Amino acid sequence: MPATHSDSAEFSHAFEIKSGGINLPLLKLLIADVEIISQHLSLKIKQAPDFFRNAPMAIDLHGLDNDNVEIDLAALVRAMRSCGLVPVGVCGGFERQHQAAQAAGLTVLTLARQESPQHAHAQAAKPKTQPEESHGRIVEQPVRSGQRIYAAGGDLVVISQVSAGAEIMADGNIHVYGTLRGRALAGVQGNLGCRIFCLDLQAELVSVGGHYKISENIDDSLRGFPVQIYLQDQSLIIQRI
Amino acid sequence: MARIIVVTSGKGGVGKTTTSAAISMGLALRGYRTAVIDFDVGLRNLDLIMGCERRVVYDFVNVINGEAALNQALIKDKRCDKLFILPASQTRDKESLTVEGVGKVLGDLSKDFDYIVCDSPAGIERGATMAMYYADDAIVVTNPEVSSVRDSDRMLGILASKSRRAERGEEAIKEYLLLTRYSPQRVKLGEMLSVEDVQDILSLHLLGVIPESKAVLNASNSGVPVILDEKSDAGQAFSDVVRRYLGENVTHRFIDLEKKSLFGRLFGG
Repeated sequence: MPATHSDSAEFSHAFEIKSGGINLPLLKLLIADVEIISQHLSLKIKQAPDFFRNAPMAIDLHGLDNDNVEIDLAALVRAMRSCGLVPVGVCGGFERQHQAAQAAGLTVLTLARQESPQHAHAQAAKPKTQPEESHGRIVEQPVRSGQRIYAAGGDLVVISQVSAGAEIMADGNIHVYGTLRGRALAGVQGNLGCRIFCLDLQAELVSVGGHYKISENIDDSLRGFPVQIYLQDQSLIIQRI
Repeated sequence: MARIIVVTSGKGGVGKTTTSAAISMGLALRGYRTAVIDFDVGLRNLDLIMGCERRVVYDFVNVINGEAALNQALIKDKRCDKLFILPASQTRDKESLTVEGVGKVLGDLSKDFDYIVCDSPAGIERGATMAMYYADDAIVVTNPEVSSVRDSDRMLGILASKSRRAERGEEAIKEYLLLTRYSPQRVKLGEMLSVEDVQDILSLHLLGVIPESKAVLNASNSGVPVILDEKSDAGQAFSDVVRRYLGENVTHRFIDLEKKSLFGRLFGG
C-alpha cells in the first residue's frame, strides 16, 4: 500500500474533537483569608480523604463580592495540593485575579449556563451505539425568534409555535404541535433514526443527524402541511401525514 | 404597588414613544397616578412628545446616581395632574442604567404610583433590557411589515427569558400586541400585512390597532400626546387601547375599510 493513500484515513481516526461537559466540584470562597481557608479545608478533607484524593477542583471567586479584595491564589493552590486536591482553574473574579491564577498554573473557566447549550451543531458526530435514557423536554410557550432550546438526551415536544429565527434541537425526536417556522435539528448527537414531526411546515431548516435541508430546498407542495421528516438511505424524506 | 408596563418593540420608529405618551396620559386621565419613564438614555425623545422639554432639570440617570431626588426629577404634566414624566439623560450612555439603580427608582415610584410606563429604546441592548427587566405587563408595538414582526418576536423571546419574573420563575409577563401605523387600504392592496397575518406569526393577545394617521405626526410636533386629540382616529384608537388594557370589553375598530361595518359594530349589538 502506498503510504500516501493510508495517511489521511489513519489520521481521521487518531482523535475526535467533541464538546463535552464535565462536572467539577467548586471551592466557593466566601472570605479572602487563605490561611483560614487552608485550615478549614484540611479539616474538611480529613472527614473524607478518599473522596477528595486527586479530585480536580475549581476555585469559585463569585462569592467574594468586593471587587478589590486581594487573595493569594498561589498560596491557596499550594494549600489545596497539600490536601491532595488538584486545582484546575478559577471562575469569577476580575482581571488581576485571572492573571494571578494563570501565573499559578490555573486556567480561567466560565460557568456554563444551562439554558444555552454551546454544543448545538454536532452535525457530523458519529452515531451513538447505545441510545441514552430518554428524559426529553416539553415546552408549552411559543419559541420566539432568537431563542434556542435543546433537549439533551431525549425528545423535544413543543406544544406551541416555533418562530422564524428560533432554533430547536434534540438528541432525540422533535414534535411541534404548531407552526414550525424556525430551525429544527433532531438527533444532533448523530442519531440517524430520529424524526421531526410538525403540524405546519414552514421551517427555515430541518435536520436529522446532521443531514439537513434548507427552506429553499423544501418542496412547496409540503409547505403548510403536517409532515414527518426522517432519513432514508442518507437522504432526508419529508412526508405528509 | 404600581403595575409596571414596558412599551417595547425591538425595531425603531414603530411608535413606542408615541404609544408610551398616549397610554400614560390615558391612564392618568382615568384617575390613575401614572409615571412614564424614558429609558432611551442618550436619545431623549419622550419629553418632546409630552411637550415638557423646556422643564427638564434633572433626569433618570441623575436619580440613579443619587445626584437628584426622585421628586426633583419628576416633571408634572400641565394637562393632567396625575401624570409625571421622568426624562432620560441626553449626555450619558445606556451603561448608566444598572439593575440595582433602575430597581431602586422603580421601587420608590411604586410606593406613590398606580402605573409606571417604561418607554423602551429600540434594539435589544442594555436600555431595552433594563426597560423590560422589572415589567409586569409588556405592550409590544409592531408595524404590519415583516421585519418589525420578526423583531417583536425576538423581543417576546427576551421578555420570556431575561426579565426578573423569568429569572425568579414567577408568573410570566403579560404580553399584549399593539399594531400601529395600520392602513386597511394598503392591506387590501396586499402592500401590508393584515391583522390576521401578524396574529398568525406572533399569536399574541391583540390590545388594539392604531391606524396610520396624520394626527400622530401633528401631535408629536406640537408635544401633545395624540390621545388628547379626541377627534382623530389615532386618538380614539388609543383611548380604546387604554380601556381594553384596564379590562373593558371594547370592540376593535379601524381594522376594516368599510364604514358600514364600523357603524354596524358600534350600533349593532
